[in-house]
Amino acid sequence: MDDAWQLETRPAGTGELAIVLGGRWCMEETLPAPELVAAKLEGGVRKVCFDTAQLADWDTGLLSFLGSILKACEERGIAADTAGLPPGAQRLLAMALAVPEQTVPGRDNGAAGIFAQVGTATLEFVRGMPAMLAFLGEITQSLGRLATGRARFRSRDLWLEIEEVGPRALPIVSVISFLVGLILAYLGADQLKMVGAQIFIADLVAIGMVREVGALMTGVIIAGRTGAAFAAQLGTMQVNEEIDAFKTLGIHAVDFLVLPRILALMLMVPLLTLYSGFIGMLAGLMVAVTIFDIGVFEYYTETLRALTMTHILVGLSKGSAYGAMIAFAGCLRGMQCGRSAEAVGHAATSAVVTAILLITIVASVMTIVYYQLGI
Amino acid sequence: MADNGAPHIEVSQVTLGYGEYVVQRGLDFAVNKSDIFVVMGGNGCGKTTLMRALVGLQAPLEGTVRYGGADFWRAAEEERQQLKRRLGILFQGGALWSSLTLAENVSLPLHEYTSLSNAQIDEIVAFKLALVGLAGFDDFYPSELSGGMKKRAGLARAMALDPDILVIDEPSSGLDPLTARRLDELIVELRDSLGTTVVVVTHDLASILAIGDNSVYLDADTHTMIPTGHPQDALKNGDPKVRHFLTRGNSK
Repeated sequence: MDDAWQLETRPAGTGELAIVLGGRWCMEETLPAPELVAAKLEGGVRKVCFDTAQLADWDTGLLSFLGSILKACEERGIAADTAGLPPGAQRLLAMALAVPEQTVPGRDNGAAGIFAQVGTATLEFVRGMPAMLAFLGEITQSLGRLATGRARFRSRDLWLEIEEVGPRALPIVSVISFLVGLILAYLGADQLKMVGAQIFIADLVAIGMVREVGALMTGVIIAGRTGAAFAAQLGTMQVNEEIDAFKTLGIHAVDFLVLPRILALMLMVPLLTLYSGFIGMLAGLMVAVTIFDIGVFEYYTETLRALTMTHILVGLSKGSAYGAMIAFAGCLRGMQCGRSAEAVGHAATSAVVTAILLITIVASVMTIVYYQLGI
Repeated sequence: MADNGAPHIEVSQVTLGYGEYVVQRGLDFAVNKSDIFVVMGGNGCGKTTLMRALVGLQAPLEGTVRYGGADFWRAAEEERQQLKRRLGILFQGGALWSSLTLAENVSLPLHEYTSLSNAQIDEIVAFKLALVGLAGFDDFYPSELSGGMKKRAGLARAMALDPDILVIDEPSSGLDPLTARRLDELIVELRDSLGTTVVVVTHDLASILAIGDNSVYLDADTHTMIPTGHPQDALKNGDPKVRHFLTRGNSK
């Protein structure tokens, strides 16, 4: 019978308001809004007291209700006598109200408008540029030490990274390259049918895969697979103060951690690019032979005719460039990582975004340059 | 308070902070050789920032840090590297290199900075690990160890090059009271037997009172330090604020 909450207010003496609480005041009940009582505080009320003789059970639901009322009283300059409340509630309320609400300087609590957000993001990007260049400089110095045999890292780390970046990526690179080769073949077949030159599927797939798409697909796969992993690994080391431990010992963390990763990617991505092109051509062959009735030998000779060394080298150069971009982005974001779990996640995300952005920029620039040079 | 010889570390008029935001200013103290010097204070008072300034991870905004008279932050890069090599640092979580085994963690500084043979290095590594009670764990990776073992392994690595100065960040954080006490005893033992100067950054009262020879208190409210001398003296008749801290708020 005492299930629901009860609330009433009645005047008690001159300018005094008694708030009578009864029943269950728990969070799972739908409790009344404090404004109901606050509205009664107008009109000559000087003092508020509480009567909780009928109160059966209470939890934070009651406390937050009372907290709002006490705050409303304070704003209106009304004295509140909490003596009528259960002793536990009195103590908790006293604790909650003991420390006034703090306004921490330098902390912007308001939500920024769209223009402010765009502006802040732009400024942050521009402010990030020197850090990027500084990191590029550190890597260059590190490569310089490598060239003169003074860079220190363990060859075992390099081999581990090579294995992780190269052979272990083969399955995913195979699947995606095969499907992309298949798509290219169908796309070409449909268009070339109109001019009755379906044999040129071989040219389209070979040149397309080896020169552009193989490198691009490998780049995107490795950015998501390895770039993110690098950022997360280095970021976690940053959180664990492992990188600080290197610095305080005077060992170049870039030599020890970044260099093997960069070398592994720069060696492996071009090879994966070649592999991707090969798988794509296999897919093209399969489509051409089974769906469009082109002979295996015909397709083979047409592919050999179309695929010159230049195309292969262009593909390789792009693969190397993308590998460098992924390594740069992954290691940069990892080394810049903050000191929390959330920051590691952010570093991994940011590494992938940065890597794909850089890959796209480099791809465009290289395509235009090669076109202008007539390669 | 032990007083044997010239101050080993001298911090004068140091201001610490990030950009515009000042964490601590007017830090002025000297650490004598073979003292265990405690930097204490509440959360967020700048203890760790001070430690980072002492070991070369973050430059102070103003002031100087001297090691045996040499100005650490204004020294040329080469000289600073030399000075850093005299420091051994134990980070809060141990900061062991996660891709290396314990033995590799301890041997890396030795490979890097000594011309000892591999056999000699292996011997030293085995000895240091035995010293911290981790003999036989040579081939374990840091992720396979408990928090206390990581700390002890971190101490073995910090001691690898027999540094003149050990800087320890929160030795007892995350350790149970008995493990924390054993680590304290190990620190005292290392000081007694090797004469190492130890700087301990901590807010662990048991540890402060048990091992400190000299101390400063970093006040988070006034953003400056209170020199407190021997922690036991500070507990009896030091600054009221420091007594308040050292008694968990039970003074007065």
